[in-house]
Amino acid sequence: MTLLTARKVEVANVTKQFGEVTALSDISLTLGQNEFVSVVGASGCGKSTLLSVIAGLEPPTAGSASLGGHVLTGPGRDRGVVFQSATLLPWLSALGNVEFALRGEEGLTKKQRIDRAREVLAQVGLDGFEDKFPSQLSGGMQQRVALARSLSYGPEVLLMDEPFGALDALTRRTMQELLTQVWEKHRMTVMLITHDIEEAVFTSDRVIVMTPRPGRIRAEIPIELDRPRHADLIGTPAFHSYYTEILALIHERGH
Amino acid sequence: MSTAPVQGAPTADTPVTAGAPPRRRSVVAQPLTRAQYLTTAVLGFLGLLAIWTAITLSGLVNPLFLPSPLAVASALAEQAANGQLLEDVTVSTYRVMCGYLLATVMALPIGLLAGSFARVEAVVEPIMDFIRYMPVVAFVPLTILWVGTDDAQKFLIIWLGTFFQQVLMVSDAVRQVPSSFRNLGATLGLSRLQILIRIVFPSSLPRVWDALRISLGWAWTWLVVAELVAATSGMGYRITQAQRFLATDVIIGYVLVLGVLGLVFDQLMRAGGRSLFRYQKGRS
Repeated sequence: MTLLTARKVEVANVTKQFGEVTALSDISLTLGQNEFVSVVGASGCGKSTLLSVIAGLEPPTAGSASLGGHVLTGPGRDRGVVFQSATLLPWLSALGNVEFALRGEEGLTKKQRIDRAREVLAQVGLDGFEDKFPSQLSGGMQQRVALARSLSYGPEVLLMDEPFGALDALTRRTMQELLTQVWEKHRMTVMLITHDIEEAVFTSDRVIVMTPRPGRIRAEIPIELDRPRHADLIGTPAFHSYYTEILALIHERGH
Repeated sequence: MSTAPVQGAPTADTPVTAGAPPRRRSVVAQPLTRAQYLTTAVLGFLGLLAIWTAITLSGLVNPLFLPSPLAVASALAEQAANGQLLEDVTVSTYRVMCGYLLATVMALPIGLLAGSFARVEAVVEPIMDFIRYMPVVAFVPLTILWVGTDDAQKFLIIWLGTFFQQVLMVSDAVRQVPSSFRNLGATLGLSRLQILIRIVFPSSLPRVWDALRISLGWAWTWLVVAELVAATSGMGYRITQAQRFLATDVIIGYVLVLGVLGLVFDQLMRAGGRSLFRYQKGRS
């Protein structure tokens, strides 16, 4: 269990309403320091809204989210967000997009920013593609640039909102392995929103299961599988039992 | 760019099968190559010219009303030789440019602001929508009373015909930028103003450019309207003069030249767009 590590992100009794619709109902959870946590659930269970609240893009109707003990009131560079669509600036190259994010770092010269951007792009396997425009990159590569952009400025928490949801199955698997490798090497606090149970089990230390209408936490499952993790883990009985357990929780009393 | 951008013509990359490829009719229409497209377009023009020639040769129409292509060409050549054509084209182009640039310089900031801030939109857009449905032609007498019949009146008519439309199209281009781009800027710690300047405006530029290209075409239309009514020079003026002498060959010749001018300016804007927005795939 990794629950003894320091609390990094704390969500306390968060409720979020959009008019009459209750997207989140009294949600409380914590993310430990350097812990990788996934949130899974059927579409409409409010998992993306939860991420938006922590990212500071949506204010909660009630309750609060805090980072390192400080209540969050808006977005900031202490949290990096990878969106479902890569949202790369089309007029900038892959390198330019990462460098763009680094402009907010004080005291970095342009050369230092470019060096840093090259370094992070190499980390996600994009060396040689620095000068390509987003329109010249595949969907998977675009999402790698987006990941590099968020990693580049070293946020305390990485928030990922179904980052591989729009990719084909093979590319998605590759990206999950890449993400796991990068995380195992650089350890940071991650919250990954996904509807892919395999993705959640494969990447995470802990999986949070949400149920819809209103969005509630159904269960929290610690994933005690050894690291480093490789693709062949997915065929093992241990992996499969986590998979079926989570699947059952999602479908249980589902409306 | 040192890298070779793979732009356009993805069909050229499709593997060529060895030996004689079986002739198949594709269910989906295949895009034409550039050469095919140009040839077809030229053939279209030639076809039109052939029909025109045939009608005039058949004697069905009095040549006074529809002169032959040859007569039009010779009338135009005469105007070109004595310098009249160049003078008229120069004066008209100058007027279009002044009126159009005046409208553009004013419409750009207002449109960008209206697209960015709901408050500005609420002030600006209902007014613009109201005015743009007023017929510009009906303003011609008024503009003559206001500013007389010199160049300023032409500028004003062109401005009236383009400015309001431009504001609406520019603000629309800004609003079409996906909100995820604003969210990105916010998570990168940018202020609202920085998000607009560094992300939203640059994102909207290709669409803004298209809006400006389309409105340039309208500027030419309004110029001719203004020159037909009250002018002592320019393409429209020459056309009314020619009407007085029943010189239909000159009228048709000038109308054709106006068409060519419109085409040339449109192509210039397209070329500008292609070079400015090289990062966009398949921009025409």
